[in-house]
Amino acid sequence: MGGSAMPHLSLLEQALLTGVLTGGLYGLLALGLSLSWGLLRLVNLGHFAMALLGAYLTWWLGTSYNVAPWWAGLLVVFVFFFYGVGLHWVFMRFRVTEMASMLITFAFAVIVESTIQTIWTADFRRYETAWGSQSWVVGSLYVPKLNTIAFVVAGALAAATWAWLRYTYAGRALRACAEDPPIATAFGINHRGLSFLLSGLCAAFAGVAGVFIALIATLAPSEIWSWIGVVFAVVIIGGLGNPLGALAGGVLIGVCEAMTMAIVNPSWAPLVSFSVLIALLLFRPRWI
Amino acid sequence: MTGRNVWLRAGIAAVVGFTMSAIAPAQAQQPTGKPIRIGQTLSLTGGFAQTGLAHRIASEIFVERLNAKGGLLGRPVEYVVLDDQSKPDISRTLYERLITADNVDLIIGPYGTANILAAMGVAQRYHKVFIENTLGQPQLATYEWHFSATIGGPDATSTLPVKVLDAYASTGNPPKKVLIVASKFPSANDMAKGMERALKARGTEELGMLEYEGGTRDFNSIAARVKDADPDLMFMASLGVEGSQLLEALNRIGYKPKRHFYLYPSGVMAADPLADNALSYSAFEDVEPYISTPEGAAFAKEYDARAAKAGLPYPFADSQAGNEYAGWEILIAGVKATNSLDDKKIAEWLDKNEVENIEGKRDFSGRSHTTATDMQQLKQVQKGRWVTIWPLDKRTPGAQLVAP
Repeated sequence: MGGSAMPHLSLLEQALLTGVLTGGLYGLLALGLSLSWGLLRLVNLGHFAMALLGAYLTWWLGTSYNVAPWWAGLLVVFVFFFYGVGLHWVFMRFRVTEMASMLITFAFAVIVESTIQTIWTADFRRYETAWGSQSWVVGSLYVPKLNTIAFVVAGALAAATWAWLRYTYAGRALRACAEDPPIATAFGINHRGLSFLLSGLCAAFAGVAGVFIALIATLAPSEIWSWIGVVFAVVIIGGLGNPLGALAGGVLIGVCEAMTMAIVNPSWAPLVSFSVLIALLLFRPRWI
Repeated sequence: MTGRNVWLRAGIAAVVGFTMSAIAPAQAQQPTGKPIRIGQTLSLTGGFAQTGLAHRIASEIFVERLNAKGGLLGRPVEYVVLDDQSKPDISRTLYERLITADNVDLIIGPYGTANILAAMGVAQRYHKVFIENTLGQPQLATYEWHFSATIGGPDATSTLPVKVLDAYASTGNPPKKVLIVASKFPSANDMAKGMERALKARGTEELGMLEYEGGTRDFNSIAARVKDADPDLMFMASLGVEGSQLLEALNRIGYKPKRHFYLYPSGVMAADPLADNALSYSAFEDVEPYISTPEGAAFAKEYDARAAKAGLPYPFADSQAGNEYAGWEILIAGVKATNSLDDKKIAEWLDKNEVENIEGKRDFSGRSHTTATDMQQLKQVQKGRWVTIWPLDKRTPGAQLVAP
């Protein structure tokens, strides 16, 4: 250990699986941010705050009112969609630029953090469920059920969003608007309406991520900031506005982190996401 | 006056006199005058809130018992507690407020190493005697009026790991392969390095030291490493719920550590079935021999009732609560001995004397006013409760170290 001995194959297999599944959660968080940044040209730091707010709402509804997580999730996603629409109306009303959006949403994230702390205090919160500690056993591998479901949902959402953007009129129109809004508008595309729809979807994706954060992680208001670095790296590695790229970037970072923990030392894992990002930016693969 | 009346009057006088004599001392003990205000911040919200609540309950019990026994210097004591949200910067600011705006007469240190170090600077600036009960790195306490209520001696990083290894060695089956899992939080990391030194000194194989950052979200990969290493003893220098999080992650991959130690576990750990046989250190528990003294027994009984009412997951007096109570006993001993609220006089008295409290008789002759020697015990989770198992003379009657 500590790099002196070669780890066993079973350890590497388990670490690989852990990394892939953790990457699914990264991808889920990155999805809405990537679309907002790539197609609306808005860098929405409030996305993390909304994901955590979604997590708190899921936990609160579950522990205080016995609302099952999937029903709580549906409610959160529905409400968040309209929040996203409203947020975009504000951005359009005040003609917020890409850089300004980052500053405004940073302030928004701080407000959400304080609000969460005021309502639910800064204590750690854990949503205990019967299936939270359960795993499927596949050969020598233990596959955690919740993390697997989160990965499947992340994959399904990324694939569906990719297909929507690629094969539907709305999706192609959104991509055209991202390339050149005036020309797209000249061709009769309702950019305004479509951007409301996309902003709502991005916020709804934050809600979906929040449901799984509630079920998998320990909640604290300051968790908002713990995701930002790694998810930003995922978004850039995956390519702005690329749903499948967000998932792939998440898996890449998740696997690199898990392998670092398995082969080197867990304390090195936080270095991984930005090291991978810098390496990829230096070599500039085609998709970035 | 008839003979009957004389006897009647004499009888009434005797009853009244007896009653008055019984009441009189109690009335004399009633504290009067302007309250003595003693201030403290605690982590009532934030990451250490569960432990902070345990400290608050212990403080409140002490002050209530003190007032019921006549107060301090004949005056009632008022406990002023503020919430530092588990954040050192807030703790520092609030101690400024306690001393300058709330005008407390005395202060008691907060919970947790970082908060204590932040508050100690304020105490030093205002020349207040500073008694704390959870400083993990006493060598950092350079303030001359700092006094530690803990009993781990001047360097627990050298003595506690040795105790752990000695305890397991006493079973005739000492651990041969030890894996250290360590938070990078300074006091925890120091203890992990102390275990490395102890292992090296006795030639026991160290399988490695897995360090992780404070605030680590995901213990799955660390759990995979532990399972892969399969140590005889997993020594985890952890804080709060981290130990429970690792145990959950280990459970998800179907692994149960054979022998396991946790440095600063949250109280809830004992209630966790996964933590069976987990080891930690202790200075006070709601079991014999600690509750063999009247003060220890009364405190433990009252604490258990209040902790259960407050919904604490482990509603029994433990080291955290005991240390807090012991800290108050030390401060009050200093005040009573000097008959003064003068911080300088109290500090000078404590510097030269020993104090008897619920954790035993202790001195302050160690570096940074710690105990001269490490007087801590080891405790183990057995059937959902912490019981003490080491050293043998401090063992809970009937308890044996379980070392599979």
